[in-house]
Amino acid sequence: MTDVLAVADHRRGDLRDVSLELLTAGRELADASGGDLHAAVISGDTDEFAEKLNREGVDAIHTVDNGEEFNHDVYVQAVEALVTDLDAEFLVTPNSVNGLDYAPAVASRLGRPYVSDAVGLDYDDGTLEVTREMYGSKVETTVEVEDGPFVVSIRGAEWPAAEDIGDAEVSAFDFAPDEDAIRSTVNGFEEVGGGDVDISEADFLVSIGRGIEEEENIELIEELAEVTGATLSSSRPIVDNGWLPKNRQVGQSGKQVTPDVYLAIGISGAVQHVAGMKGADTIVAINTDPNAPIFDIADYGIVGDLFDVVPELIEQFGGDPPSV
Amino acid sequence: MKVLVTVKEVATVEDDFEISGTEIEDTYLDYDLNEWDDYAVEEGVQLAEAGDDVEVVAVTIGPERAEETIRMALAKGADRAVRVWDDAIEDVELLDVETKARLLGAVVEDEDPDLVLSGVQANDDSFGATGVALAEDVGFAWAAVVNALDTEKVLDEGVASVHRELEGGVEELTDVELPAVLTIQTGINEPRYASLRGIRQAQSKEIKPQSLDDLGLDAGVVESSLDITAMYEPETESEAQYFEGDAADQAGALADVLRDKGVVGE
Ligand SMILES: Cc1cc2nc3c(=O)[nH]c(=O)nc-3n(C[C@H](O)[C@H](O)[C@H](O)COP(=O)(O)OP(=O)(O)OC[C@H]3O[C@@H](n4cnc5c(N)ncnc54)[C@H](O)[C@@H]3O)c2cc1C
Ligand SMILES: Nc1ncnc2c1ncn2[C@@H]1O[C@H](COP(=O)(O)O)[C@@H](O)[C@H]1O
Repeated sequence: MTDVLAVADHRRGDLRDVSLELLTAGRELADASGGDLHAAVISGDTDEFAEKLNREGVDAIHTVDNGEEFNHDVYVQAVEALVTDLDAEFLVTPNSVNGLDYAPAVASRLGRPYVSDAVGLDYDDGTLEVTREMYGSKVETTVEVEDGPFVVSIRGAEWPAAEDIGDAEVSAFDFAPDEDAIRSTVNGFEEVGGGDVDISEADFLVSIGRGIEEEENIELIEELAEVTGATLSSSRPIVDNGWLPKNRQVGQSGKQVTPDVYLAIGISGAVQHVAGMKGADTIVAINTDPNAPIFDIADYGIVGDLFDVVPELIEQFGGDPPSV
Repeated sequence: MKVLVTVKEVATVEDDFEISGTEIEDTYLDYDLNEWDDYAVEEGVQLAEAGDDVEVVAVTIGPERAEETIRMALAKGADRAVRVWDDAIEDVELLDVETKARLLGAVVEDEDPDLVLSGVQANDDSFGATGVALAEDVGFAWAAVVNALDTEKVLDEGVASVHRELEGGVEELTDVELPAVLTIQTGINEPRYASLRGIRQAQSKEIKPQSLDDLGLDAGVVESSLDITAMYEPETESEAQYFEGDAADQAGALADVLRDKGVVGE
């Protein structure tokens, strides 16, 4: 009982990046425990996915052919069967939206605690230490779990992707779901966030977050965008509040952007936001909280109140700041 | 029809704070209704407004202090509330997901709801897991990260027809059978503010205390297999160049950078 099982994530024909990161995290655990690393891929074009998962360090790949797309009822059953059959000591899943939809249920079935969104994993002598964040990334904690099997999900983009081609043995896992236990039906997909502007095309984004406080104050940022010729974007709460349309949202569930300059104003830098903008060439942050996580990835920082700094900035470019 | 909404009182941390041991000192914490649960409460109340005879019950696991937060849910339109607490819970530093799911599961068994609405995640410890673990424990169907729910279908057909918000602006259209647990994503609706009348009415609504004993559980249920062994402020990885001075100086320095990068049209 030292083996690791990593479950790949895919959607609409594409293996998602986190799948290869899972292999790196899984390999580290396997090295620490002296076990093998198994990867599993469930549904979709499993042959194609298996080929992509065949990276150095992977000992075995198990494919489960069952429909095209993710269905959590199928995943829960298949993953539980795999863990049991392999007698795996570690189950490593992605902290993706689909991961959120099946991993807690698998842990519950196995009767094991579930530790989600790991940013670090350390295994020694029967104890797993998971590093995870709390309070919106303000603190990090070490969570210890004794005795396996261990069930953890990992945060995306924390481990490097497994790179080199491997020589794992690929085999079809013998599994047939209990159809009576399938109580959800996936009927299709819908793309959202289209419309007049495409923020992912912009060279310069002025992006606003909850620090703006009131809808009326957005005018201030609009004026800044106007005088600098920037495109306006935002974090999620601004869109949730209906203050800006969905196509302006940067982040995990919005758009990925890679402008020359990303100016984040009153945005804390939550992981789901950063997922959408860390590829910007130059990141500038204005925030009252010197410890806001956005400063970790910023090239330039202003610790200050946006209601003081932004009017000054508008004036720098010859504009007339609205009074808010 | 009965809708159970799980609500958590979460702690938010002030900009400056101190850690003692494996906890943030209480003086630096403020308490509030978890953002995601605010949306879940609203969704429940909207169902009640759209249907005949829909009861909305809020449930929390939390100390007496949490009554203030659960009153907010009542003020926004929940009919009554259940608060689970016990000395045995008080002694545990962090309730792991499975423990919370078992405690909430006992309430589900008691209340027998058709639909349970919970939040995608709690803002403080962010496990993002309690709703789905609860569903599995009580044998309900589920859907995680729901950002649209067809109210009529719930009321008329007993099916939760939902959108699950995936990454990158894609939503999955899914139907789940009731009884079900849905974990609600922010933005699904516009949570109302509690009206003065609502706040007044909330004072006379019931908050039923439930101990482990009341729920027919023994203390073993809260024995956590997780242990927080360290808490610290992460070392800053910041390589940012900070602009100093007053707001005018800072803005001036930033303007120079923007001109330098060539992104500002003259
Ligand atoms: C499944 C899932 C998907 C998500 N997808 C996304 C996504 O796509 N995009 C996204 O952005 N989020 C997303 N989120 C939400 C994310 O977790 C955060 O809640 C969100 O990014 C916070 O937005 P914010 O930084 O604007 O607000 P907050 O975190 O509240 O930060 C506000 C910041 O403003 C600062 N501030 C306050 N007043 C001032 C002032 N006067 N001047 C200057 N600074 C000030 C504060 O110090 C704080 O740092 C998602 C969450 C989940 C669970
Ligand atoms: N102590 C609690 N009391 C009531 N509901 C809770 C509690 N903890 C978590 N929940 C519910 O579970 C959701 C997800 O929390 P978590 O899995 O801790 O991120 C929250 O949005 C709540 O709806």
